[in-house]
Amino acid sequence: MLRYLSRRLAQAAVIVAFVAAISFALIHLAPGDPFSAIMDNPNVSETVRQTLRAQYGFDRPLPEQFVRYIGRLAHGDLGWSFSHDRTVVEVLGSALPNTLLLMGVALIGSFALGIFVALVQVARRESVTDHALSGVTLVLFSMPDFWFAILVLLVFTYWIPIFPVGGAVDPVTHEYMTLGARIADRLRHLVLPALTLTVLAVGTVARYQRAALIDVLPADYIRTARLKGLTERDILRRHALRNALLPVISLIGLSFPALLTGAFFIEKIFAWPGMGLAVVNAIGTRDYPLVVGGVIIGSIMVTLGSLLADMLYAWADPRLRGH
Amino acid sequence: MAPLLSIRDLKTYFYTEAGVARSVDGVSFDIGQGETVGIVGESGCGKSVTALSILRLIQPPGRIEPGSRIEFEGKDLVTLGDEEMRHIRGNRISMIFQEPMSALNPVFSVGDQVAEVARIHAGLSKRKAFDRAVETLALTGMPAPEERAKQYPHQLSGGMRQRVLIAMALIMKPALVIADEPTTALDVTIQAQILDLLVHLQKEFGTSILMITHDLGVIAETTSRVIVMYAGEVVEEASVDELFAHPHHPYTEGLIHSMPHIGHDQERLNVIPGTVPAPTNWPHGCRFRERCPYSWDLPEREHPPLYDVGVNHTSRCHLAIEPERRNQPHPPLVVVEGVGAA
Repeated sequence: MLRYLSRRLAQAAVIVAFVAAISFALIHLAPGDPFSAIMDNPNVSETVRQTLRAQYGFDRPLPEQFVRYIGRLAHGDLGWSFSHDRTVVEVLGSALPNTLLLMGVALIGSFALGIFVALVQVARRESVTDHALSGVTLVLFSMPDFWFAILVLLVFTYWIPIFPVGGAVDPVTHEYMTLGARIADRLRHLVLPALTLTVLAVGTVARYQRAALIDVLPADYIRTARLKGLTERDILRRHALRNALLPVISLIGLSFPALLTGAFFIEKIFAWPGMGLAVVNAIGTRDYPLVVGGVIIGSIMVTLGSLLADMLYAWADPRLRGH
Repeated sequence: MAPLLSIRDLKTYFYTEAGVARSVDGVSFDIGQGETVGIVGESGCGKSVTALSILRLIQPPGRIEPGSRIEFEGKDLVTLGDEEMRHIRGNRISMIFQEPMSALNPVFSVGDQVAEVARIHAGLSKRKAFDRAVETLALTGMPAPEERAKQYPHQLSGGMRQRVLIAMALIMKPALVIADEPTTALDVTIQAQILDLLVHLQKEFGTSILMITHDLGVIAETTSRVIVMYAGEVVEEASVDELFAHPHHPYTEGLIHSMPHIGHDQERLNVIPGTVPAPTNWPHGCRFRERCPYSWDLPEREHPPLYDVGVNHTSRCHLAIEPERRNQPHPPLVVVEGVGAA
């Protein structure tokens, strides 16, 4: 187990290094640099810009810049964010908990709801309910993230204005609230982005889980369960689901990248102060270190997520336990 | 005394796209208290469907046709409510399948799987049910039952898995155990052990056994009465001794002749030519006539009834009324090697 884990962690490190290199190269290939915005000011001369570029080492050849970057990265230093005037570690450190909260709620919510929907469908398979729910999950599965997020925003903040438009807390009054009111304020702000991300992921989970359940139902051990005198409900929830959960557990690992990119869109649209919002804004201002730092943290989350899913799978399947 | 199980005119049809498959087509037989009855026949003759019908485990598009009766302990299982039927499954009637690997759920320990039966039907606590499961596993001759009960199916050998299935079938001391090819997937030495075990447990508990197999050797070793099935029907029924000494139906004769004999110098095994016809399209008249060495015009015209051909011995063959034709065998009229089973 320990050997397996260290091998997987080494693989993860290689993947993260590749992601770092590619994102580093890509963002530097894009036109402009962190000082382009300053140059829009006619009073700043080209000499000032060159001085700034030299100061921050942007005049060196790209490979040299990369080697220096990797050297600092090894010490846990992700560089300086020009747009925030703080270290990248500080910026991402304050944004990461918000992203993790959003993703965590969406992950748990979408899997719980998706598995439940699939169980309802399979219990009444080939009925009107089943077909109707299949239609709904197909629509959710194929809907673009950004379009659905904007639709939710339109419906619940403009047509029926019952939720705040964006942010994680009320920017004016939050500081003056009691503890209880602060928690309520946070939850109110969390509802729309978390709901959007959950609903977007539910379709995939429900379709996957339904197919997995229908796959195991003809198995001989399901017939054995029936033979024992179990109710159809117990057969489905105990004997079938326990086996059909296995492929869905591997979906957790696969859904991490989708959830993360989804979170990026949704944070931007709901102005949720998470990593996605920080990185998307950083692309606009050519804040190289923040973009590359965000992508590296994202890739670490994805690789750790899939490792976690694999370990969960090994734990859930007795045939893999102890291997 | 009324028999434990009494089946009358059981018809189980499958409504498939290729037509109505009359897999079990008017089967009647009884099983007495503590009796071991065998059903023998080729694949596709309807023996397994008969077993699943008794437990009402026929899944759509299959169904038991109205008019069929399966009486068990004074209840008609065909019309019994689902809830009451559940109390019979695993409790009063249980079944042992032929695939000991796939019949066990891979993600639960075997002890839990055996214990589950006692939890449902005896309402035992998890702890008590598990203890009972260990005791039952010990009865089946499982070595180190305490430790084995905590293991998962993939950690056990084929023979041990079959013992788990037998423990599952016996934990509630049911009145009837249906064994569907219980030894087919096992190697020969384990087969003998499992058969001995079944015979031993049957004597100990007084359980009736319905032994379903294509293997006449298994029948000879374990049962007292035999039902031969062909093309969804009972074609012959007799005591084991009578059947082996005086087989009447040409199909039974064929089955007995196709058994390999140790010590006989045989270059090739005897086989019955052809295969079982498709259940969507049973031939009219005698369903065996295309493979029969004695067929003449009567079996083509008339579907034979079950004739009495001895004491408690019936046969669905017109030879009962013209026995002299047995002296003039000829090659079967139509040999359809490999065709017809599709």
